[in-house]
Amino acid sequence: MWEKKPVLLLVLATAAILVGTIITMVLPFAWVNTEADRIEGVIPYTALQQEGRDIYIRDGCNNCHSQTVRPLVSDVLRYGEYSKSGEFVYDRPFLWGSKRTGPDLARLGGKYPDAWHYKHMESPRSMVPKTNMPSYGWLSENPLDPQMIQRKMETLGFPYTTAEIKALEDKNEMDAIVAYMQKLGSDIPWRESAKTEIVGDLVNPYTDVDHGTMEPWEELYQQNCAACHGAHMEGEIGPELVGEDYDDEILFEIIYTGIEDNGMPSFSSLGTDKVWKLVNFIRYYRQDENH
Amino acid sequence: MESQNYNYAIVRSFVTWSVIWGLVAVLVGVIVSFQMIDPDLNFPPYLTFGRLRPIHTNAGIYGWGVGVIFATFFYIVQRLCKVPLWSDKLAKFQLWFFNATIIASAVTLLMGYTTSKEYHEMEWPIDVMIIILWVAFAINIIMTIFKRKDEQMYISLWYMMAAIIGVAILFVTNSAAVPVSLFKSYSAYAGTNDANVHWWFGHNAVAMALTAPPLAMFYYFLPKSTGVPIYSHRLSIVAFWSLIFMYLWTGAHHLLWTPVPDWIQTLAMGFSIMLIAPSWGSVFNGYLSMNGQWHQMRENYLVKYLILGITFYGLQTLQGPMQAIRTFSAFIHYTDWVPAHIHMGTMGWVSMIAFASIYFLVPRIYGREVYSIPLANLQFWLILIGQLIWSISLWVAGVLQAGMWNAMNPDGSLTYTFMETMVEMYPYWWARAFGGLVYLLGLIIFIYNLYMTATKDNTTTAQIATAEGRA
Repeated sequence: MWEKKPVLLLVLATAAILVGTIITMVLPFAWVNTEADRIEGVIPYTALQQEGRDIYIRDGCNNCHSQTVRPLVSDVLRYGEYSKSGEFVYDRPFLWGSKRTGPDLARLGGKYPDAWHYKHMESPRSMVPKTNMPSYGWLSENPLDPQMIQRKMETLGFPYTTAEIKALEDKNEMDAIVAYMQKLGSDIPWRESAKTEIVGDLVNPYTDVDHGTMEPWEELYQQNCAACHGAHMEGEIGPELVGEDYDDEILFEIIYTGIEDNGMPSFSSLGTDKVWKLVNFIRYYRQDENH
Repeated sequence: MESQNYNYAIVRSFVTWSVIWGLVAVLVGVIVSFQMIDPDLNFPPYLTFGRLRPIHTNAGIYGWGVGVIFATFFYIVQRLCKVPLWSDKLAKFQLWFFNATIIASAVTLLMGYTTSKEYHEMEWPIDVMIIILWVAFAINIIMTIFKRKDEQMYISLWYMMAAIIGVAILFVTNSAAVPVSLFKSYSAYAGTNDANVHWWFGHNAVAMALTAPPLAMFYYFLPKSTGVPIYSHRLSIVAFWSLIFMYLWTGAHHLLWTPVPDWIQTLAMGFSIMLIAPSWGSVFNGYLSMNGQWHQMRENYLVKYLILGITFYGLQTLQGPMQAIRTFSAFIHYTDWVPAHIHMGTMGWVSMIAFASIYFLVPRIYGREVYSIPLANLQFWLILIGQLIWSISLWVAGVLQAGMWNAMNPDGSLTYTFMETMVEMYPYWWARAFGGLVYLLGLIIFIYNLYMTATKDNTTTAQIATAEGRA
């Protein structure tokens, strides 16, 4: 009978479409982004961060980078604490993405110092030789439009000060996107709680290893350390490593847990074995003048 | 002959323009596939992967996909209703407004005016244009159906009407935004809500724009091409209603393991698996309609396209539900496996059906035989092989990368850094780009074949037009 009555068919089809729609799309509004979702410490973006976010959107960064850490072992080890609903209440639109051509960025904030981001945006391949990320150095040539940013903040209902807007006159798009990178996922103090604790005594398993064995470990250094400490440990974003002398155990701890305050990330996800190899390689390198 | 009153001019125009936008989509696709291999192929600010990829997807969906829907639906609705189109003027307006919308989309996306929402990147003024376009289309189709001569509405008309309603609800809801300026707006929804609304849209845009309409085409053009009716009318009824009911529950399978509430994810997973039934209802209906007709796979190139198309639909609707299972999603999501899945659907299922439909239409709208059937066969193999290279290489890449992401050392640390897994992708990305080139070659042959059919005026075939007396 509906096969002969188009109006009836249209009504029935609409009803069929609306059932799943209402249950799985409309209904969730009742408890997503409500008081129950609220997380202490999650605050709106500053004017500079919000503009950085809009540049991230404009240039389609979300096509290659996701922004949600799943509660899965490999995700949490690689990126950090898994994402919570309440962390995204100020995100319009959401930027969770669907593809990780590059790594997830949900917990990027505070992982590296600003200088790392400036250099990486300018020339990704100078830090990560085989990456396919294009250069975004051109962002630093574009000044910001404070009036437009003020309008955006008003539309979003985010707090701002006139001094904050005024300060934007001296900033460019690169400053904005780096400010946004540094805000990502850092509203909750997850780094503190996720810190890997070293228990028991640290014993260097490679004290007796000769230099020939250490040679291939340079690869580890080049992949993980060279971007900041230089290909020859001469230092750049991070301090130079030649000349400094630490105990093996202290060096291990620095690499393994990182130093949050000065931008040294934790490399615990490499595992103890690789970190020990790095410790020994760095020590060996320091002692060998021929390099 | 009544067919003289049918508006075939509009069908011709939409065929032409949809094919042009299809070429743009594939061309840009090939370009971005090389940009992924070599970052030096990015030319900022406009010609970067981040800005071009949405042009690839939206040209494919809105230019090629929706363009073919307009072309074929205008043909099918006139034939099935046995009356001319309700309004030729409205259709003409729709044609030019369609092209204006696609051009405006491409230009604004290049400029960086984007909402970032996948498959819905265009900013609000273009959303308004798309809504106007869809309303014009809906009015014309529905009014034509109202004044039809055959009381009974054929299966294709059900799918068309469901698609018209579905796309309207999805698109309008997901467009809701607060404008800041002409080219910048902020979503009306925030965070987790925005994600849930968006993937409700995203997944069901696939249902209502890239599943229901190709099914409408399949149900019309398969019997037309083979000369025998669809195997089971009852099966098509069950498949239709269960498909449009179940699809809408499944959007959150794009958001498994995210902060979206667990029960929504679980419902999405369950309904995704149930969706195998209505999807395969149509697949079986197609296969069983071939009873005693399988020899046509050899003799009739249209049947070859249609049956391969529905086969990829079947594979797509098995692989999709598999990916919607939490455990499998945990492994495979965010890798290159997912674009491989999508491209089996777009290059295999939707485009195969679209090519067959256009090959069926062209002799009837131009009154001439298709220029070259051998070329149509060559195209078939090129697009089939191109798509298989594309998808298979990235399935392998996806499994490899997922395995490396999850690999752990005995002490519980990760075996590989992200970059160590990414560099392993390069050979597969080369293979994908090559597959895209093969597919592009097939498409160029298709366009050449159409062009020669349209312009070379020999072999007029009056019998084709008249043989179509039956609905």
